[in-house]
Amino acid sequence: MNNSASIVAVILVSIASLVVGAFGLRLSRTMSDFYVASRGVSPVLNASAISGEYLSAASFLGVAGLILARGVDMLWLPIGWTAGYLLLLVFVAAPLRRSGAYTLPDFAQLRLESVVARRVSSLLVVAIGLLYLIPQFQGAGLTLRTLTGAPSWVGQLAVAVVVCLNVLPGGMRSVTLVQAFHYWLKLLALLTPLFLLLGAVGDRTGDPDVGAVFVRDWVEPLQGDHALYLTYSLVLATFFGTMGLPHVVVRFYTNPDGRAARRTTLSVLVLLSAFYLLPVVYGVIGRYVASDLVAAGRADSVVLELPSRLFDGPVAEGLTAVLAAGAFAAFLSTSTGLVVSVAGVVSQDLVRWGAGHRQGIRTFRLTTVAVVAGALLLTVVSAGVPVAHAVELTFAVAASTFCPMLLLGIWWRGLTSRGAIAGMVVGGGLSMGAVVTTIFGIAAGGWFGVVLTQPAAVSVPLAFATMVLVSLATRSRAPEHVAQTMVRLHAPEHIDLNRGSFHPERWYRRPPSAEVTADGTQHPAYDRAGETARRPGTTARRG
Amino acid sequence: MTPPTPPTPPASPEPARSRVRVTSPRTSAARTRNVSIASEIDEQTRLGEVYITSLMRSQLRLALGVLLVLASTLGLLPLLFTAVPGISDVHVLGAPLPWMLLTVVAFAEIIGLGWFYVRRSERNEDTFSDLLDGR
Repeated sequence: MNNSASIVAVILVSIASLVVGAFGLRLSRTMSDFYVASRGVSPVLNASAISGEYLSAASFLGVAGLILARGVDMLWLPIGWTAGYLLLLVFVAAPLRRSGAYTLPDFAQLRLESVVARRVSSLLVVAIGLLYLIPQFQGAGLTLRTLTGAPSWVGQLAVAVVVCLNVLPGGMRSVTLVQAFHYWLKLLALLTPLFLLLGAVGDRTGDPDVGAVFVRDWVEPLQGDHALYLTYSLVLATFFGTMGLPHVVVRFYTNPDGRAARRTTLSVLVLLSAFYLLPVVYGVIGRYVASDLVAAGRADSVVLELPSRLFDGPVAEGLTAVLAAGAFAAFLSTSTGLVVSVAGVVSQDLVRWGAGHRQGIRTFRLTTVAVVAGALLLTVVSAGVPVAHAVELTFAVAASTFCPMLLLGIWWRGLTSRGAIAGMVVGGGLSMGAVVTTIFGIAAGGWFGVVLTQPAAVSVPLAFATMVLVSLATRSRAPEHVAQTMVRLHAPEHIDLNRGSFHPERWYRRPPSAEVTADGTQHPAYDRAGETARRPGTTARRG
Repeated sequence: MTPPTPPTPPASPEPARSRVRVTSPRTSAARTRNVSIASEIDEQTRLGEVYITSLMRSQLRLALGVLLVLASTLGLLPLLFTAVPGISDVHVLGAPLPWMLLTVVAFAEIIGLGWFYVRRSERNEDTFSDLLDGR
């Protein structure tokens, strides 16, 4: 492949992302602009941004490759990644927005009133974020190497630099515009070449490779060993894991209210469904014209290779360049979202060397650089380790930790901080253990090995059970303000009610001595005075 | 005419702060509510909790209903594929039936369920706020 066009396309996408980001800079002045764009983002823009951030390299390149290689059973991945948003919509979207928290640790502290639960959540956010970030960087390196022959670190460094340049000046607000732009870029980058490719396939009547398509274990579901368990475990991980991904959840705070959060999520369902049909078609076309890629172990690059299989010369080059631009946008947007959410949590929770707005923003910028550098270092260290599977495992970790914490925390008054911590430790320990053994290739035979490759069907129910049982055992230590928290999570915003005075920006400005009350008696983020004070509207109505 | 003397307060000052009934003791009359439901909720009374719990229950029932529909359609597909091995021989619009079910049909169902949920959950909330404003 000759790829000067692709290099130009990748550079253009990077420049366009920076320009769009600079356009969104105007108004990001305050702390909350940095984290959540001051919540002033319209539903359509926000839905595009959510979808743009969510559709990673695994969606743009990986789905087509997996369908090419393994056939019908892999259709569960795009379905699971979309249905995950349906479950997020029905169980989590509006209450999470109404909680007013910026991040998952904020939510943990609001609901559980425990600094320990907050710390455990922060560590999990960092772990999940890095686990998800490494495959993005590695994918970028591999793609640029496939296209240009450049060494892997070029692509990794390019993504890292563009992500930093996007996040550092504007925080979340500029990122929102960039990610909305990336969604439409990715959709068009897959859609436009598709018509030409389909036309070319249609012209090739009497295809010699058509025999490769109607292979029994490709076209028929559930043909492999333990296929039923693996499928159900994958379904469980993806359906319930989406709501626990830190970069997905942080996006919900940019909605103006709970209803807008629901409507945004509905738009996301439409946008994701429209997108996910396309890689499936690429995988099927790949089976017709490029089935040799499977044997060569390069199924992941099928999207990028299809144009050169069906066309010659400048047409092939141009189409490859368009697809390369889309793939690079996929790396950029997901990495950016992950970096923003991890850096937000790290700067709020794990390092607290600044207080007040100016220093807070400086801390956020410093941690952004630190997170990107750390992820880059881990990517280099773990080079050669098969991490493509790590994206699937990330969903299993999220489904075994944050998913039960959110579901039980929102819908069950009985969840205590000890129950939540125990459940997150059990679920996180089991799923992370599976991740580690899989990444380092510690093979285990029989059913144990099968469970390790898809741990969700075991770890998710165990995490739920642990949370419920430990909460029941520690019933006397229920959070003090749980009744008020439930009002806050579920009552529509336009009703004037006392929702407590928790504010995510307040707690970390407090001196660390407030943490001695970590066992839930008094909550550092609650202002004692503000708790009993009524707003004027509430009092007036009572007359 | 001297104005009627105000009722003399009871002797000890402590019971004076408690309420003195000045109307006729019609115990059978219905009690009038002078406290709004919103303030019942704010004060975290039993009644206020009942109202919030009813809102939570209606929303949770709706959400679980959506999950149940999803589980009994999409969720049962792997079992269906196992139970009916010849299902791939059935073709719809040129594609094997499992491929159609796992792409177009699944996405249409997900969007439809999401749309249904948004409508119904907003209706639940409207019912709740009408309840609070109606007093």
